[in-house]
Amino acid sequence: MTVRDEGLETTTLQAPAEPTRPVGLGLVGWLRWTWRQLTSMRTALLLLFLLAVVAVPGSLLPQRSTAPADVRAWIDAHPRAGPLLDRLSAFEVYTSPWFSAVYLLLFVSLVGCVVPRSVQHARALRARPPAAPRVLARLPVHRSYRTAAPPAAVLDAALSAVRAARFRAEPGSGSVAAEKGYLRETGNLVFHLALVGLLVGVGLGALYGTRGDVLVVEGDGFANTVTRYDTFSAGPLADPARIPPFSFTMTDFRAAYQRGGQQDGAPRSFEADLLVRESPEAAARPVRIAVNHPLEVAGTGTYLVGHGYAVRVTVRDGGGRVVLSGAVPFLPRDGRFTSDGVIKVPDARPAQLGFQGILLPTASVDPVLGPVSTFPAPDAPGLFLSVWKGDLGLDTGKAQSVYRLDTSRMERVDLRALAPGDTWSLPQGLGSITFDGVAEWAGFKVRRDPGQGLALGSVVAAIAALMLSLFVPRRRVWVRATPDGPGRTLVEVGGLARTETGGLDAEADALLARIQAAAPPFDTQPGERQRTEPSEEPA
Amino acid sequence: MSVQTYAELSNGLVYSTMVVLVLALLAFSAELASGSRGRVGRSVAAPARELVGAAAAAGAGAAPAPPAVRSVSDHRADRFGRVGLSLTVLAALLLLGAGTFRGLAAGRAPWGNMYEFSVISALALTVGYLVLVRRLPRLRPLGVFVVGAALLVLGLAVTVLYVDAGPLVPALQSFWLVIHVAAAIVSGAVFTLGGVATALFLVQERGERLGRAGRLSRLLPTAEQLDRAAYRMFAFVFPLWTFAIVSGAIWAEHAWSRYWGWDPKETWALITWIVFAGYLHARATAGWRGRGVAVIALIGLSTFVFNYFGVNLWFSGLHSYGGLPTR
Repeated sequence: MTVRDEGLETTTLQAPAEPTRPVGLGLVGWLRWTWRQLTSMRTALLLLFLLAVVAVPGSLLPQRSTAPADVRAWIDAHPRAGPLLDRLSAFEVYTSPWFSAVYLLLFVSLVGCVVPRSVQHARALRARPPAAPRVLARLPVHRSYRTAAPPAAVLDAALSAVRAARFRAEPGSGSVAAEKGYLRETGNLVFHLALVGLLVGVGLGALYGTRGDVLVVEGDGFANTVTRYDTFSAGPLADPARIPPFSFTMTDFRAAYQRGGQQDGAPRSFEADLLVRESPEAAARPVRIAVNHPLEVAGTGTYLVGHGYAVRVTVRDGGGRVVLSGAVPFLPRDGRFTSDGVIKVPDARPAQLGFQGILLPTASVDPVLGPVSTFPAPDAPGLFLSVWKGDLGLDTGKAQSVYRLDTSRMERVDLRALAPGDTWSLPQGLGSITFDGVAEWAGFKVRRDPGQGLALGSVVAAIAALMLSLFVPRRRVWVRATPDGPGRTLVEVGGLARTETGGLDAEADALLARIQAAAPPFDTQPGERQRTEPSEEPA
Repeated sequence: MSVQTYAELSNGLVYSTMVVLVLALLAFSAELASGSRGRVGRSVAAPARELVGAAAAAGAGAAPAPPAVRSVSDHRADRFGRVGLSLTVLAALLLLGAGTFRGLAAGRAPWGNMYEFSVISALALTVGYLVLVRRLPRLRPLGVFVVGAALLVLGLAVTVLYVDAGPLVPALQSFWLVIHVAAAIVSGAVFTLGGVATALFLVQERGERLGRAGRLSRLLPTAEQLDRAAYRMFAFVFPLWTFAIVSGAIWAEHAWSRYWGWDPKETWALITWIVFAGYLHARATAGWRGRGVAVIALIGLSTFVFNYFGVNLWFSGLHSYGGLPTR
């Protein structure tokens, strides 16, 4: 660190009054030195490119925030590199200390650069355009002609001409100075400040936002309380107890798929019909939501992001008692919705029962792959079950996934393929299971992001300001009228572009035409009209 | 006409375009080959005021033109150049037709998968080049590279990326698809044009630095002209690319519940943005010129290209919308 700092120091500290080494400067000196380093354009560029580089690993390695299972698999597959990379936050790149350090330093540098420039610009906005240089002919754009009009009349015409062209103008003695394009710097500053606004908006969302996932089977409901979620996370300053108390019932879910052709089985539409209550006391209103059309209630968005099938079963135990009746969600494993799941029946006697199952919406048996689904719609559902008896392990106090069977204290009894309506009498007097049919479930993301409005407003402002800062030309124009013998006035127009936007020639010509309308040249052809810019093309 | 007819017509037009583009490529190559004794585009010098204006704005003197010797080969070169330009106009019209009929066949905006994105990108590239030449006629010799790039994109489209016309998966059925992807396509075309100008700038700059103006380099615009043209294109495209990212974020909020989730596509779009932000700071604010800035721009272009092909085909992410039957 010190080595690099010293290397930079000799090239960026140019003021001879400053000591060349920061050592012994005292605290204030050190702070000033650091601040100068940080806010220099060189450092800003370095940080900018560094940010681009440190963003890359997060796209190459799986990230916990989006694919936690992939991260576990990756670490398992790479026993040496995995734990090491994990310690370096390689699986949480975008919240890692090193990534945060780069963008926070970049923003500090940005603020340190923009604030002094804003002060400077505020001063420039009140200042007058600089007086005309002595020799206008040296400027990149120059025009001149002679007229009979007196200098004062020419300058009056010039003043109104530049003002009509939206220049800020300042009459001087014998000349008019004009400048325009202040909006360019305004845009530049607003753009950078809007980026700070964006960062604040993103930060607010991270601190105060909440998000959760929930799976709802057709006919079931959802109430917005933390316990109802399958997964829930909240920002460190959010209060999960005070999320808006809305609720809904999903009355229907419909999915449509492409039938036939190259994209056979591709999804075409998903729709969910909800009955929504804004609060427990409010009246229910029907809302249809779909992918790209979320439900907005009380500042909270509910997004339809996934779907799958649940198996409807009725389980009777050895005593003929109904111990389970309802829909058990299975999770899809492929695009044809071959789905895996388990059915746990802890109340069954004489033994607890567990079923491992594969649900095929359109069942077929592949000679190599075994049972697979050939189409995502439930055209011909098939359920392949294996039944286990013993101890489900639910009383051990350890959290268990509802999608996995802990078979360590269980014994497999038998397996069977079922079609809807089939009842399977289990061997050993364990009872029976009836496959009543399939139901659809929908996966919802519920998200509240209080920083979203600020972020959106900031980027809209940023784009508008960016266009000003890139496309508004900043240019200065001077008009000078000097007596040139009796009854003759030499009129000169000089222009200087302060940016790389073209069109200054055209602007000078237009101004000249306006001045000549009020102070006509001697001859119809402006004799000494010239361009000092060497033409690229041979005449 | 039936939907099937529209789809077949669109495919036919894409193949016709490729034939026309091959002819355009030959014409532009012939221009470079036969115009070796003079400077290309002399006859189009008259409307070259924009370039002069740009030169004036930069406050820098343009390179002096060599003595005007209009040789026979100049005339022939110019004629080849004009033929190339006309063929490019024809190719753009054919691609416009291909896109229109594809849209009619699918019943939606024709940029919903990688095949369609590529076809419309080739359209944007050729139209972008024609607009560029209209504004800066000196840049006509870039045609051989632009047409080559368009051919490459179309070749990949018909061989690797082709899918039948059809409706889209629900996540893509959005008004934001039209806006977000259109902005990305136009941005990609301008990035590519700027990249071509930048790459040629590097060639010309090297020749001028070493005092070795090769045969080809006398035909191309000067390093100064190429640098300025590239800067203007990148400055134009930067807000558009910003808008492409922002509209994508708005769409992501509607579809996936969050406006930013560090999906590989989002990450690489941001990387491209950051690199070009660096380019603009280096070029416009810090006033850097020359090879360093050009290299930054080429790195930025390569991140864009990688984002399109690499991220779509190799990474698993939410943007895997190639629509290809085998992943």
